[in-house]
Amino acid sequence: MSWKKYAYTFLITAVIFITAIFASNYFSQKKMNEIKNIESRISVDILASETQFSLLSELSCKEISSGLLSKELAALGDRLSYTEENRGRDDPEVLNLKKYYSLLQIKDFLLMQKIKDRCGSGGANNGLFIMYFYSNEGDCSDCEREGFVLTKLREDYPELRVYSFDYNLDLSALRTLISIYNIDEKLPAVLINDKIYYGFKSVDEIKDFLPVLKEIDKQKAKEETLKTKQATSTKPK
Amino acid sequence: MHIVSESITYIFLFIALYLEVFFLITYFEFGDAPFAKALEDQRKNPKKLPSVSIIVPVWNEETTVLKTIFSLLKLTYPKDKLSIFIVDDGSTDKTWNVIQRFVCNKQIKLLRKENGGKYTALNYALEFVNTELVGCLDADSFVHPEALKRIVAQFDNEEIMAVTPSIKIFEPKGLLGLIQKAEYMFGIFLRKVFSDLNAVYIAPGPFSIFKKSVFEKIGGYKHSYNTEDMEIAMRMQRNNMKIGNAHSAYVYTVAPAGLRALYKQRLRWVYGFIKNAIDYRDMFFKPQYGNLGMVVLPAAGFSVLSTMYFFGAMVLSWFETLTTQIIKIYTVGISFNSFNFDLFYVNTDILVFVSLIAILGTLLIIVTSRKLAEEKNKFGLDSILFLALYTFICPIWISKAVYNVVFSKNTKWR
Repeated sequence: MSWKKYAYTFLITAVIFITAIFASNYFSQKKMNEIKNIESRISVDILASETQFSLLSELSCKEISSGLLSKELAALGDRLSYTEENRGRDDPEVLNLKKYYSLLQIKDFLLMQKIKDRCGSGGANNGLFIMYFYSNEGDCSDCEREGFVLTKLREDYPELRVYSFDYNLDLSALRTLISIYNIDEKLPAVLINDKIYYGFKSVDEIKDFLPVLKEIDKQKAKEETLKTKQATSTKPK
Repeated sequence: MHIVSESITYIFLFIALYLEVFFLITYFEFGDAPFAKALEDQRKNPKKLPSVSIIVPVWNEETTVLKTIFSLLKLTYPKDKLSIFIVDDGSTDKTWNVIQRFVCNKQIKLLRKENGGKYTALNYALEFVNTELVGCLDADSFVHPEALKRIVAQFDNEEIMAVTPSIKIFEPKGLLGLIQKAEYMFGIFLRKVFSDLNAVYIAPGPFSIFKKSVFEKIGGYKHSYNTEDMEIAMRMQRNNMKIGNAHSAYVYTVAPAGLRALYKQRLRWVYGFIKNAIDYRDMFFKPQYGNLGMVVLPAAGFSVLSTMYFFGAMVLSWFETLTTQIIKIYTVGISFNSFNFDLFYVNTDILVFVSLIAILGTLLIIVTSRKLAEEKNKFGLDSILFLALYTFICPIWISKAVYNVVFSKNTKWR
């Protein structure tokens, strides 16, 4: 028996463990930086879009392309919720990023509203948006399911903007938004076309609240039929 | 709760890694010693060849016993110095008739008694043994022709009171056979390391050889929950008797073919280990028992505990994922367009890095054990299957063994 050997082994194991901690922290920080970079890009995008919007106020709505709205918002949201799950929702860095993300969402929403006000629902992304309020403090049993519904809708309709907000996030702008729309803490809650719906809402129910989605479905079906017809007619007989 | 489980996971991983590092250090410490080669030569050509008796306890082994006896007769050991005792422990099949063909063989003595279990058969034969060394060979095992010489060479060291061999699976078949092949090779590595640490705590039934004086000093075999090979080794260790290992002395054993047979065998082993560990608990964490008391026995106990913990955590995590997926499918149906590979989502948790290092250590042990087992390739299909599946199979019998111990349920030999 050799106490020295036990101690050396302990030292080696500790070094391995510390290396693993450093490696993990390094990659974790890299991921945080990636989120920060996306946030910063979105922030610049929004600012650029707002400026562009003001500059081109004389321009017709036709020329205001959907490119005005950032396409990275959804990807940022996904990354942030993954990071939140891994690092914990109380992680101060995660909380900061989340607050910033919420602010960016509000700014994006305001920009979209501006376009909508000016150009009507024909501008930018047809003014298609859903505002979603959730809680991950264990007091919202249906929030997970509602999250699946909204993710599915976002996948099926890339033009749909889903703004998701943690109801309990300590952010004054968010509190203002909540008070403007008078949203109660009966979560999950979705805001569609200025109307609030509480409790779990399925894909079909949301489509009922947002008929534009049904229009898009019809349009897609029409295009599909046309494609099939074209394919059949070009087949050699 | 999350913090508690996370802390336990880290502590368990740290201990597991510590043990892996410790065993690897030990292997390379002794393997690289300058006198290792000379010692090996000495082992291959022992100075003296003492008289040896091999006891073969048989019970309903009519199909395998002949092969076992023939392998003993083929041992490159002087015939006048090797006696074979075949003890029929009240077989109900034709085993007794089958072994009658050796009735005229002067080297072989046939004994018969009422069925009483393996340990009684061994003790019965011990009464007739008057050689310097004595060993046992299960009737489902066969020896390498050089095995006995290689084992006997170890006794050149006067301190050595028993020597264990290296056990390999005989003609492994199927998935379970291959997994066991890799597992047994892993065992060869561990037994060598334990021997280097003077901490061997099992003298396996297949071909462990003892000085006859061991039984005279500490008594014969005991029932010990059908794991008499573990108990005798523990008793020897408690009496400061050194157990060596001849890693080049190969013994081939027939692996249980089906999962049920394997489950029963392993249940007996693990149950026996836990019960013996309880009986010999005073040896745990006691410096007077050296590495055995301070590392090896606690490590064996830890392996039972950690396997259960990690398997439980894994099942729980699978269950959570499955539940989430079911809820998702129930809510929005099956969605195929959501999969999108992104490096961002690659898990870079501390656990992942530590596990990767632990897996690397395991790979090193596998490669080393294959070298010890004189396998041609450094890595084989059996190694892959062992790495991929063993962790999922062994918790089955470990959990049941723990259950049996907790609720005082006995395990049977077969």
